[in-house]
Amino acid sequence: MASGGRRYLRAFVGGFFVAVPVTVTALDRLAYVARVEGASMQPSLNPEGGSDCDVVLLNRWSVRNYEVRRGDIVSVMSPKNPQQKIIKRVIGLEGDFIRTLSYKNRYVRVPDGHFWIEGDHHGHSLDSNSFGPVSVGLLHGRASHIIWPPNRWQRIEASLPADRGPLDTEEEEE
Amino acid sequence: MFRSVLGKTLGFVGYTVQYGCIAHCAFEYIGEFVVCSGPSMEPTIVNRDIVFSERMSRQLFKIQKGDIIIAKSPFDPNMNICKRVIGLEGDKICTSSASALFKAHTYVPKGHVWLEGDNLRNSTDSRSYGPIPYALIRGRVCLKLWPPNSFGTLSESPTRKIIKTQSDSD
Repeated sequence: MASGGRRYLRAFVGGFFVAVPVTVTALDRLAYVARVEGASMQPSLNPEGGSDCDVVLLNRWSVRNYEVRRGDIVSVMSPKNPQQKIIKRVIGLEGDFIRTLSYKNRYVRVPDGHFWIEGDHHGHSLDSNSFGPVSVGLLHGRASHIIWPPNRWQRIEASLPADRGPLDTEEEEE
Repeated sequence: MFRSVLGKTLGFVGYTVQYGCIAHCAFEYIGEFVVCSGPSMEPTIVNRDIVFSERMSRQLFKIQKGDIIIAKSPFDPNMNICKRVIGLEGDKICTSSASALFKAHTYVPKGHVWLEGDNLRNSTDSRSYGPIPYALIRGRVCLKLWPPNSFGTLSESPTRKIIKTQSDSD
């Protein structure tokens, strides 16, 4: 019947105007799902490499005030390519002194409003060791859980690698 | 009676969420109103002007040399800066002052832009902190809304720092 069809169409269009803004707002403000590509975060993410990539849940609500901790795995808009997002670990925050691995300076003080990110797989990672400290305004989300493949379901905890970290904490251990 | 109050409350909440999400999408993907402060863009934009900055150019990566943009400050992500794009990635920028004998040049790295205020004497911009990543840009200022006597589109750069190459479209 024509009137039934029209009512369905109106309901569909009405629903569309509700679903699209709500979904887009949820993806922008709450959480995002992303596939991790590449080997730069091995062994924490994509430990086998190959075709079965990890899929992570990115918490966008927790970074709405640009608060991160050292050791968090975060997604960042790449300073080299604005269309790409990179996933790395936060090693240092503003004011920290970092002993770099392959940067032009041996020691770096992270400037205000910046942070230092590195991939866990040194040498296979395009990170602060190549482009320097990254502005916190580029922060996109914090990787909170691995949600695929199912045998790798886990919560991602913030942990600094044993040999990487700001210089004053290394001095305290000695 | 309780059920009708609950129904009305849920309806109210639902409408608030829906319109809030539509507002978010409008401000994030169409454009936003910005109140500018500071002298760094005089005479094009002065203190307390209200401008409209559109988001589509930034989302589609169509920001061009000579555009006035709003960006997140590289040193404080909660602050915004309003400057003009002088160079895109790969462009050659003259960093020495106009009166210097030997001109120093630098090239804008990949994924970055070079910003300068129109009021060169009173502007902290890429001349002090270097090029900023393109991804920090929030939107392109396209229209001035207040004060009413200067309503309309904004003028071209008064500083003649923009070097147009042959590949630029006029």
